Amino acid sequence: MVLIENPKTGSASSVWDGQVVVLEPHHGWRQLGLGEVWAHRELLYFFIWRDLKVRYKQTAFGAAWAVLQPVLLMLVFSVSLGQLPNIGPAGVPYPLFVFAGLVPWTLFASSLSGASNSMVSGEAVITKVYFPRLLLPFASVGSFLLDFTISLGALAVVMLFFGVVPSLAIVWLPALTLMAVVTAVGVGTFLSAVNVRYRDVKYVLPFLVQLWMFASPVVYTSTLIPAKWQPVFALNPMTGVVDGFRWALIGGDRPDALILVSAVASLLVLLGSLAYFRRVERTFADVI
Amino acid sequence: MDEIAISASGLAKKYRIGLRRDPYGRLTESLWNTLTDPLRRRRSQEREGDFWALRDVSFEVPRGSIVGIIGRNGAGKSTLLKILSRITEPTLGRAELRGRVGSLLEVGTGFHQELTGRDNIFLSGAILGMKRAEILRKFDEIVAFADIGQFMDTPVKRYSSGMKVRLGFAVAAFLEPEILFIDEVLAVGDAEFQKKCLGKMSEIGQGGRTVIFVSHSMPAILRLCDRAILLDRGRVVIDGPTHEVVRRYLETGPGRTSSREWTDPAIAPGDDVARLKSVRVIPAGGGSSEEIDIRRPIDIEVEYWTRTPGELRPSVNLHFYNDEGVCLFINNDWNDRRWWATSRRPGLVRAVCHIPGNFLAEGRVIVTAVVSTYNPTIVHAMEGEAVAFVVVDRSEGDGVRGVYANDFPGVVRPMLEWQVEQSSETVSVRR
Repeated sequence: MVLIENPKTGSASSVWDGQVVVLEPHHGWRQLGLGEVWAHRELLYFFIWRDLKVRYKQTAFGAAWAVLQPVLLMLVFSVSLGQLPNIGPAGVPYPLFVFAGLVPWTLFASSLSGASNSMVSGEAVITKVYFPRLLLPFASVGSFLLDFTISLGALAVVMLFFGVVPSLAIVWLPALTLMAVVTAVGVGTFLSAVNVRYRDVKYVLPFLVQLWMFASPVVYTSTLIPAKWQPVFALNPMTGVVDGFRWALIGGDRPDALILVSAVASLLVLLGSLAYFRRVERTFADVI
Repeated sequence: MDEIAISASGLAKKYRIGLRRDPYGRLTESLWNTLTDPLRRRRSQEREGDFWALRDVSFEVPRGSIVGIIGRNGAGKSTLLKILSRITEPTLGRAELRGRVGSLLEVGTGFHQELTGRDNIFLSGAILGMKRAEILRKFDEIVAFADIGQFMDTPVKRYSSGMKVRLGFAVAAFLEPEILFIDEVLAVGDAEFQKKCLGKMSEIGQGGRTVIFVSHSMPAILRLCDRAILLDRGRVVIDGPTHEVVRRYLETGPGRTSSREWTDPAIAPGDDVARLKSVRVIPAGGGSSEEIDIRRPIDIEVEYWTRTPGELRPSVNLHFYNDEGVCLFINNDWNDRRWWATSRRPGLVRAVCHIPGNFLAEGRVIVTAVVSTYNPTIVHAMEGEAVAFVVVDRSEGDGVRGVYANDFPGVVRPMLEWQVEQSSETVSVRR
């Protein structure tokens, strides 16, 4: 929608910096407009800052919830599933195993929910002022990165408790985190756009997150999945993320193929989702 | 080309009101339609229930001018502003904006209730397009303008609505766009603050900025704008010098009727606190309510529905204008002291203002009806030019005009009391 011409050098007018905004109808597919998002990165930062400030206001435990959520889940799963044979790999304490999966999973799940609701909860600003709409789901995901960092600290404590020292593979952690973020942004941005028109998303989302968790090797080891289903299993980007996390922190065989398939899948999801978002974006203010 | 800041050609916007009863399309319905008729071309066909909020709107605005957009409710003013400020796309047409754009469609855009005044200055400033460094630089000025110093670190949810408005406007007032779009934001805030804002806006105009200003307030438009555009049912009716456009506006449209009624509370003008039901001109002793003898008293009757007023005391005020857009006077129902002291219940309220005979001047009188609450001032329902009537002086000798038949100026024509007597002193008149 917006063409930004190069600023003229030495423009005749002192007030005009040469920017021209063109308003006209668009149909069909459009460019992703990531340049515009970049130009608005300061506003992105402000949205993230707002989400962080607001999230734990008027809660007794504050940011401790960032740690408490995965810790409580770890306890629940350790008690309920921990005794099952072969649920985790041999030689790794189940609580550590499940916690190492829950930390990236929580990042993904909260980011996904936050992003999916970001457009609807941003209705007030969407109908009153222009900015690249993509900032809203992006900021939502960004704000959960801090929670994630805090829970990584908790994970370090758990590892220390079980006497596990990570190998050099730990340098892959940022890349794996990025993969979780890419997936959350991808799916979340798509759902946020669908949510504008169909509020059904609000009801579907909790089920989706729940099902997705059991479809990913969060509480069980991926070797439980029969070999012939492994390729399909790997299409779920979170499979690569969760298995990659455990490999990077605890050790074991490097899940190369799994991560590669998952990485490609997550990128495709992201591109498709951004394209869809941009396509329907023009109707947001009218429909929301 | 550099001298033109805004050029719009053939702007049009279509909404589909046929879907109103189901505003959020349902997923099942959409899937079903796709399954049952996958080849249907849905976009291109003109459908029943399509509504053109804006049609073929073209204009150019030179850099540095202030243009007012006027028109009645539903004329397309807000739609035009939404297109220009890039909130929604036009269905047809094209516009070019040459310069950094700022838009002010509400006061306190982006405020978050949980955050403090300080935080919200940053947040709102950033959303409205300011850089962080810019906000930091202007921070003290913004705080001073808003006049909320000691509440800077209090969450905005604990602010009175007056304070919120002041803070919101203060942030906006320090925006430095080259092109600024402003929507009716002056309808809020107390009178003194409004004056301050109008002053600030004139400053903006003098700073070489281009401003498009939508308002119901003819005095504000007349004062601020050199040029105005009148919209009616989505089209440009007239575009020219402000006083001409304002005159045209006052001459046309529903401002001709002496009785208005809204039967459906859902679409009547107003909000959750008050909605107008009717506004009527009732001449004493019956007869035509369109043409009223200057000697005859009249009643202006306003009925409104009120819901959950709580502590609020909705109050009707009527603004009387003449054909030139001059406000003759304003009156409030708090002159009924008994009613003013009565605690309010939800329901229908009828307020009648009595205007004596031999008080208004000849000519057309246009009445704007407003329901507001005070401290802070919030306008809940407003119908600009709700009703109008023509005052006729038949010069029969017993009016203010007496037997004088020529031009008789004055915005009102009250019959004031006089006392005249013969002095006892004798005067010798010399020849």
